[in-house]
Amino acid sequence: MNELIPALLRGLWITVQATFGAFALACALGLILAILRRARIKWVSVPMVWLIEFIRTTPLVVQAVFMWMALPRLIGMPLSALTVGILSLGLHYSAYLSEVYRSGIEGVPRGQWEAAVALNFSPAQKWLRIILPQAIPPVLPVMGNYLIVMFKEVPVLMAITLGEMLLAANSYIASTFADGIVPYSLVALFFLAVSYPSSLLVRLMERRLNRQRGTQYGNRIRNRRSRIRGERTV
Amino acid sequence: MEIGFEIVEVGSVVNEPYEGGGKLSMHMHAVPLAETAAERGSVRPMVRFRNIRKSFGELEVLKGVDLDILPGEKVAVIGPSGSGKTTLGRLLMTLEEPTSGTIEVDGEYLWHMEKRGKLVRADEKHLHRMRSKIGMVFQHFNLFPHMTILRNVTEAPIRVLRMRRNEAERLALEMLDKVGLADKRDNYPSQLSGGEKQRVAIARALVMKPQVMIFDEVTSALDPELVGEVLAVIKEIAADGKMTMLLITHEMEFARDVADRVIFIADGRIVEQGPPSRIFTQPESERLQSFLGRFRAYRAGR
Ligand SMILES: Nc1ncnc2c1ncn2[C@@H]1O[C@H](COP(=O)(O)OP(=O)(O)O)[C@@H](O)[C@H]1O
Ligand SMILES: [Mg+2]
Repeated sequence: MNELIPALLRGLWITVQATFGAFALACALGLILAILRRARIKWVSVPMVWLIEFIRTTPLVVQAVFMWMALPRLIGMPLSALTVGILSLGLHYSAYLSEVYRSGIEGVPRGQWEAAVALNFSPAQKWLRIILPQAIPPVLPVMGNYLIVMFKEVPVLMAITLGEMLLAANSYIASTFADGIVPYSLVALFFLAVSYPSSLLVRLMERRLNRQRGTQYGNRIRNRRSRIRGERTV
Repeated sequence: MEIGFEIVEVGSVVNEPYEGGGKLSMHMHAVPLAETAAERGSVRPMVRFRNIRKSFGELEVLKGVDLDILPGEKVAVIGPSGSGKTTLGRLLMTLEEPTSGTIEVDGEYLWHMEKRGKLVRADEKHLHRMRSKIGMVFQHFNLFPHMTILRNVTEAPIRVLRMRRNEAERLALEMLDKVGLADKRDNYPSQLSGGEKQRVAIARALVMKPQVMIFDEVTSALDPELVGEVLAVIKEIAADGKMTMLLITHEMEFARDVADRVIFIADGRIVEQGPPSRIFTQPESERLQSFLGRFRAYRAGR
């Protein structure tokens, strides 16, 4: 027990690092994939669709062990399990996040694109100033959920010897010949202790966002309410 | 002057001072009509459509449109819904690419450019340069909901024209004042009425100082009581005289008051055109006669 808890905490710390590293990668790469697959040039957009489909239809664990073997050879340099873990988890979820972005982008009315053209914004300005500021806020809660999903996926990276909690528990059991019930229960408990509050946070964010949209975008409703109360609207 | 239909509520609203003040002056026919200018061969058209065709898949929407618009000329486009009026404006705004034919703006091809003596498809750089001459106001306003009114108007001058922020804000407030909405500068679009939104959209387009402005049915998404304030603003801009305007509209009184020339489009072709005084009183083609007749019946029935 005296060794188990610190080992699990070390595993938790690695899990958190892998999660945030991979999430950052998935957010950036997912956005690029989402934008490229909308490209008007077919030989840009079509391969993107294939790539996204390929990543989503093969298991993460296969992608991870493949990269674990192939990446060091490709660059001729040893890579840590954490690095490959972040790369593989991040790449895998970039395909999912690109779909999240896509739904956000498709939620922006066509007229917004047309106004951006009519005002002569460059493609980069159009994305940064007009489209993304409207596309991303509505999908932030979904992105938050993916963060939690990715956190729970980290034990898959045990396959590439990443020292996360499940591997720590296994090592402990192997070296002390202890029964698995307590170590594995503790692993589950640790996941619960992080995931559950996080999901509450995401839900809070969702509610906050809806309220914000209520003040900015859907102001009519608020105006109507305050009109009923006989107040002046701003 | 005899007009083929009754001027009803819209006309009377238009002639009242709109919110925000400012006098309305009647637009004068300052610019010679296309035919006469073409005969003289003196003035280069600001916009020139040449044998423009546009198909969406199997459907041919524009079937060979030729149209010259002179600098400063106000051209109203009328016609039944689905006849291709919006498509014509969208081709000029570079929102759609013509299937065949050419468009010239200010003496240069819009959708083509010359490369080693040959005419090739325009690239994004060419389109970007040409677009700076053209502005558009849309039926559904298309204001940016995540920006305040002031930012809606200043964003393009700052980002696209690289104007300094305080300079852009000064200019934007001048334009917002022109449309009577300077006091809404810190509001969001969702806090405005439809008529106010459309006036902001007009200010947003004006601030870019286009040489040609396209107005596509800018009042048809508005409640009837809000139509007048928007038309009044457009009339005032038209009265300034310099800007070339393509006014796609079904407000016949407005077309008559503002336009130098009225184009009647049906089935993707220009069927008839001429000065409003003739088009509305002595329509020659059967198509236009029945179109105006239906229009009159509709107004009478209201
Ligand atoms: N992007 C598009 N794809 C397919 N059909 C279109 C598209 N835009 C317009 N159309 C069709 O073209 C015809 C003309 O449309 P439009 O130019 O909007 O007419 P108008 O503005 O005169 O009412 C209509 O039948 C319309 O359905
Ligand atoms: Mg239309």
